Amino acid sequence: MALDEFAPWRDPNAKPIIHFQNVTKRFGDFVAIDDLTIDIYEQEFFALLGPSGCGKTTLMRMLAGFETPTEGTILLSGEDIGPIPPNKRAVNMMFQSYALFPHLSIWDNIAFGLRRDNMPKNEVGDRVEEMLRLTRMEKFARRKPHQVSGGQRQRVALARSLAKAPKLLLLDEPLGALDKKLRQDTQFELMDIQEKTGTTFVIVTHDQEEAMTVASRVAVMDHGKIVQVATPDAIYETPNSTYVADFIGDVNLIEGKAVAQDGEKVTIAWAEGQPDIIGTSDKPFSNGKTVHFAIRPEKIAIAAEKPDGAANTIQGKVLDIAYLGNISTYHVELANGHIIKAQAANNRRISRRSFTWEDQVWLSWTDTAGILLES
Amino acid sequence: MRRFTWFNATSITLGFAFLYMPMIILVIYSFNASKLVTVWAGFSTKWYGELLQDSAFLDAVWVTVKVAVMSSSLATILGTMAAYVMVRSGRFAGRTLFSGMIYAPLVMPEVITGLSLLLLFIGIGMDRGVFTIVLAHTTFAMCYVSVVVSSRLVSFDQSLEEAALDLGCSPWQAFRLVTLPIIAPAVISGWLLAFTLSLDDLVIASFTAGPSATTLPMKIWSSVRLGVSPKINALSTLMIAVVTIGVITASLISKRNAVRQKREEQAAARSA
Repeated sequence: MALDEFAPWRDPNAKPIIHFQNVTKRFGDFVAIDDLTIDIYEQEFFALLGPSGCGKTTLMRMLAGFETPTEGTILLSGEDIGPIPPNKRAVNMMFQSYALFPHLSIWDNIAFGLRRDNMPKNEVGDRVEEMLRLTRMEKFARRKPHQVSGGQRQRVALARSLAKAPKLLLLDEPLGALDKKLRQDTQFELMDIQEKTGTTFVIVTHDQEEAMTVASRVAVMDHGKIVQVATPDAIYETPNSTYVADFIGDVNLIEGKAVAQDGEKVTIAWAEGQPDIIGTSDKPFSNGKTVHFAIRPEKIAIAAEKPDGAANTIQGKVLDIAYLGNISTYHVELANGHIIKAQAANNRRISRRSFTWEDQVWLSWTDTAGILLES
Repeated sequence: MRRFTWFNATSITLGFAFLYMPMIILVIYSFNASKLVTVWAGFSTKWYGELLQDSAFLDAVWVTVKVAVMSSSLATILGTMAAYVMVRSGRFAGRTLFSGMIYAPLVMPEVITGLSLLLLFIGIGMDRGVFTIVLAHTTFAMCYVSVVVSSRLVSFDQSLEEAALDLGCSPWQAFRLVTLPIIAPAVISGWLLAFTLSLDDLVIASFTAGPSATTLPMKIWSSVRLGVSPKINALSTLMIAVVTIGVITASLISKRNAVRQKREEQAAARSA
């Protein structure tokens, strides 16, 4: 598939469309962006992910031109955009509140940006019709924003920001105001439109599922710094820190000490009376060094009988079961009081499950299921 | 409170009587055939006819309307600008002092405002007339406009302006094409407020008017000192009629718009 091959960040000759060079932004004493350097490539769907206050919105507003960096430079297609005001940038933004002009019809909202460029009337009309078709809003062109539903408003906002065919489209929590079902549908629609138009999208979100679904690469931010930039699967499977592991999805974090290393196999001692954990890492860990073992719940198997041949097996007692329909999450308490989460698909009827609350169960995982983190 | 009780009925009757009795008497006596204000001598509309012949009154009406239109327009422009700056400029040293200074004229006794303006006009040697009344009315009306407009601007979603900039507007275009149309209702009510304030002002106008310009309130006041004429009753009745029609129309229009907007929003939510 062509999509799999799209990885300009691995190509050393690829020219980034956006380049942040040591950018710092301060508001008084508060450092919103802390000496940040990053490249974003053409046609990427780039997600900025982080908790509120991590600086992701500031980063986006600097791209739009509503904030100027305190230090450092931002290049758009090789040009320093620091001194360029927002109305002169080939960048458009879709606002979290949509910011549709309430006094204008949907047609006029979409035409607004085109008219500012003194585009001839018939071309404006053609372009607006094209945008209406793209977002399936043709029927509503004459309505005012308050006369359409939330999901439709979201599509109008997208159409308006895409109408000027910007080099770069910024999306600030674009789906935050929609309910869950609509949000999922819209995520795929967004990806579809991004592919059709070939525009570079930068999306700001605090919803990790959304970032994972839509983005070609995800940047996880914390306190004005980018902690990790990688493809969604790499972020999930090989987080570079416990912060990322914990922020993306569900994870069991176990702190221990590396006591032996045989090639890539590392033995971790973590608690009195509990068996050592065998993990895999290509990094050398010196004896006695503190390590964090991170393992996703779905990579831990749960069984009533002790399984044979697994690299790691631990016994515990079922404390809690969260039944989610297709899967269940089990909270298993070990003898030392530590709780480990394990997930299993409910591929048998619940009544045929061989263990329940308070039962002794065996948890097991392979030696490559988890990863070892230094911090 | 829905139930009819004698207590409720009495309260409402007394309340409305207190508010409207003087005006009702004024309106009734404007149709009095007698020249004497206190004696009823049958129905007549002759005072209305005489009013229209009286050029001194008509001149005063004309001066008042001219002053009101000019001063309320000026006050609306200045007041909107002041409100915009105060709401948008964020925090800076002395912000509280500045906003306080904009609103101070609201509580300033009119006599002092009038006197200080008079001294200023004399001091700079400006001939007093229509123009000085316009300036004086602008001065005190602009803070009212500023209060009305800034209360609307506070709830204005600033991302609308940012969206306009983002789509290629200069800051002035963003204000003209997006902000102004959206805050227009507040600007219009500010204008109407300034217009009414100017229309009924007697004190400040008396201080700042020269011999060449007499406004209607001044004219009424000076003629009443010579005795209340039924002509003044007729004139006042006309003013009450104009104001009543204006207020009722404005509230009907805004109510109808609100109802329509609500209905359309509900329709949109249903169709989703």
